[in-house]
Amino acid sequence: MSNLWDDSLSGFWSAWIIVITLGTIAFSAWILFANRRTDKVPDAEGNVGTTGHAADGIEEYDNPLPRWWFMLFIGTIIFSLGYLALYPGLGNFRGILGWTQVGQWEDEVARAEERYMPIFAQYNEIEIPELARDAEAMRVAERIYQNNCAVCHGANAQGGYGFPNLTDGDWLYGGEPDDIVTTLVRGRNGLMPSWQQLGANNIENVTQYVLALSNLEHDEQRASQGQPIYAASCAACHGGEGLGNQALGAPNLTNDIWLYQAPGQSVADSVRQTLRNGRNGHMPAQAAYIGEERVHLVAAYVYSLNLDDEE
Amino acid sequence: MSTAFEHPTYNYKVVRQFAIMTVVWGIVGMAIGVILAAQLVWPQLNLGLPWTSFGRLRPLHTNAVIFAFGGSALFATSYYVVQRTCQTRLISDKLAAFTFWGWQAVIVAAVITLPMGFTTSKEYAELEWPINILLAVVWVTYAIVFLGTIKIRKTPHIYVANWFFAAFILTVAVLHIVNNAAIPVTMMKSYSIYAGAIDAMVQWWYGHNAVGFFLTAGFLGMMYYFVPKQAERPVYSYRLSIVHFWALIIIYMWAGPHHLHYTALPDWAQSLGMIMSIILLAPSWGGMINGMMTLSGAWHKLRTDPTLRFLVVALSFYGMSTFEGPMMAIKTVNALSHYTDWTIGHVHSGALGWVAMITIGSIYHLLPRLYGQTDMYSVKLIAVHFWLSTIGTVLYIAAMWVNGILQGLMWRAVNPDGTLMYTFIESVEASGPGYIVRWIGGLFWITGMLLMALNTYMTIKRSTAAQQPLPQTA
Ligand code: HEM
Ligand code: HEM
Repeated sequence: MSNLWDDSLSGFWSAWIIVITLGTIAFSAWILFANRRTDKVPDAEGNVGTTGHAADGIEEYDNPLPRWWFMLFIGTIIFSLGYLALYPGLGNFRGILGWTQVGQWEDEVARAEERYMPIFAQYNEIEIPELARDAEAMRVAERIYQNNCAVCHGANAQGGYGFPNLTDGDWLYGGEPDDIVTTLVRGRNGLMPSWQQLGANNIENVTQYVLALSNLEHDEQRASQGQPIYAASCAACHGGEGLGNQALGAPNLTNDIWLYQAPGQSVADSVRQTLRNGRNGHMPAQAAYIGEERVHLVAAYVYSLNLDDEE
Repeated sequence: MSTAFEHPTYNYKVVRQFAIMTVVWGIVGMAIGVILAAQLVWPQLNLGLPWTSFGRLRPLHTNAVIFAFGGSALFATSYYVVQRTCQTRLISDKLAAFTFWGWQAVIVAAVITLPMGFTTSKEYAELEWPINILLAVVWVTYAIVFLGTIKIRKTPHIYVANWFFAAFILTVAVLHIVNNAAIPVTMMKSYSIYAGAIDAMVQWWYGHNAVGFFLTAGFLGMMYYFVPKQAERPVYSYRLSIVHFWALIIIYMWAGPHHLHYTALPDWAQSLGMIMSIILLAPSWGGMINGMMTLSGAWHKLRTDPTLRFLVVALSFYGMSTFEGPMMAIKTVNALSHYTDWTIGHVHSGALGWVAMITIGSIYHLLPRLYGQTDMYSVKLIAVHFWLSTIGTVLYIAAMWVNGILQGLMWRAVNPDGTLMYTFIESVEASGPGYIVRWIGGLFWITGMLLMALNTYMTIKRSTAAQQPLPQTA
């Protein structure tokens, strides 16, 4: 069965498709021709007599098929047979034109690359920090951003629940040009494990400690009880001081920026939830979609969002 | 529903029940359509609740209009037509009653489970497996009642309307059972036994034939009885009905792949779906012509008979949507129309223009006769209803054409650097005005349906009063 959907069909399935396709068309043509004429003679109104049966008082004329309709039917059949000669349809017969949808797509892509690649190749010559200050380039880049990135990071690039803000200078994986390019080309997979095993009480204590790290209102006593747990379990990734680790994508916990704070949710609640259930953020790799040349440009765009204009 | 109107020969009770539920479900289904249309303009109307969100109400709308409204209409008219044209009572009153209550149970189950979020995720086949089994049982019973009645007919011939009803009933049974074959994992969750491209192909083989047999063949059956009856003219051509019937049912089976152009479906299957859709133009128009030409010599009746007007305009929309469909099935056209509101407009020119209009015309013919009268309570109200529906349909379709083409063109527009000229959200913004017009079209429709309910109520009330013995004054 799976064979049916491969590029090439087995001989049996191919023949089967050809037979039932042509059989269906032939049946339609036969029923059309077989009923073409009526031998009754038209009356004054142009109607021929009825068939003689009546159903609940409804009679039926035996009028011939309207000529234009007959021709229309024949026309659609001729068109179809012509199409089947030119295009794939009859089983393994590929059609005279050799057309495939993949081929059409490849042609269109090749033509587009040929036309547009020189534009991007030019931009690729320019280093990202410089490119980020090129207004014309950034207009192109913004369009790439809006069509590929804005669905998650927002039209204004300020992110959303689970999707990082790209304008605030806070970087999970680093904000240097190379870091941004790596993020875009390869994607990122952020994993914060669940700490359920610590128990609710300890989770609360660590939560209070994390609030303290960002200088938010917290419970002193619990925070101090949370500190040793933090040092034992969390510091490996988030660092002793909570400054995070860009090599791992472990966020800085001291700057009061929270990736997973739902609208209306308190920071404490969000942190508690993170500790209890863990988090798994996924930034999909973009190179396969837009190509490295466009990545270079859009990386410059992201970079430009964090430029201090006074510089 | 008094028994005072019992026909000496025929079972009119089940016809009355289905006819009344047609009006009720029509109002419910279209009201949900109006809500959906409004949600697309004002997303706040999702109310932030899962049960009232667009994603859950949408399948409720489609199930309510197709299966509850359209289905009840098909049951009512097929039971009526088969008895009158075979001159015999339904083969079993008990089984007929079971189909009524069983069908209503399926619908109520849909109304409960769809907003709760239970769905197979297959369009027009969203109901989960326990409901599907009930539906299959009801449907097989329907087949037994209908075909059994044809078997015991007292007439030598089987009238053409019954061919269409029979084809519709048999095919829908096969479609439903094959497409819903699934492995249950819990009471309300199952997995389709098909996977990948095969699953998609089976789904759209089902989906297109749901259009072809549920929304077309069944309603052509309706057309073949109520148009000649209301026009009081013979059917135009018996041989045309033979040709277009056989061609229609054999060709429809193939057209499904036009829903899957430019997808993982193999090229050969897409091509076959496309050419068969083009051939389908001819048999579809065969039905339209046969209905239209039946009116020759009776055109003057349109001036005074709004019920006939419903039937004729339905045929026009049928002709229009079956011209549009084959055009949209051409790959290059589909590349523009697919995923846009054009499809939604096409759907509703078929669904409102054809399915709903032919149903309403038929029900207006049917109701007075079921209650021992010659006419509806108010013919004027029918005329008003006619204009509301026609204007509503035109607003709906025109708005969706504009939106569809706008969206299709915006999505493919590129800048000199090859980047897309518009983001998706810009095309959504541009669609706003069209959505408002569509919503207004929906309001026209629902107003018309409420008038129909009023007219139905008054007709029944008048006839009950007429049948009642005069009160004795003590
Ligand atoms: C008051 C009248 C109606 C209104 C306002 C209305 C409105 C709508 C809306 C807003 C949608 C969703 C479109 C989208 O997702 O973009 C929809 C879908 C649909 N409606 Fe209606 N509708 C009405 C009547 C009907 C009737 C009478 C039928 C069938 C007999 C019908 C069949 C459908 C179908 C099949 C879909 C799904 C289309 C698709 O997936 O392509 N509607 N309708
Ligand atoms: C010759 C007859 C017809 C043909 C060849 C045809 C063809 C098509 C095509 C090509 C599409 C668009 C598929 C896509 O791009 O996704 C479509 C969608 C649709 N058509 Fe038709 N159509 C015909 C008649 C009708 C009629 C009479 C009705 C309604 C009574 C109807 C209801 C629908 C529905 C509900 C959809 C939407 C399916 C979905 O995506 O949910 N069609 N049709």
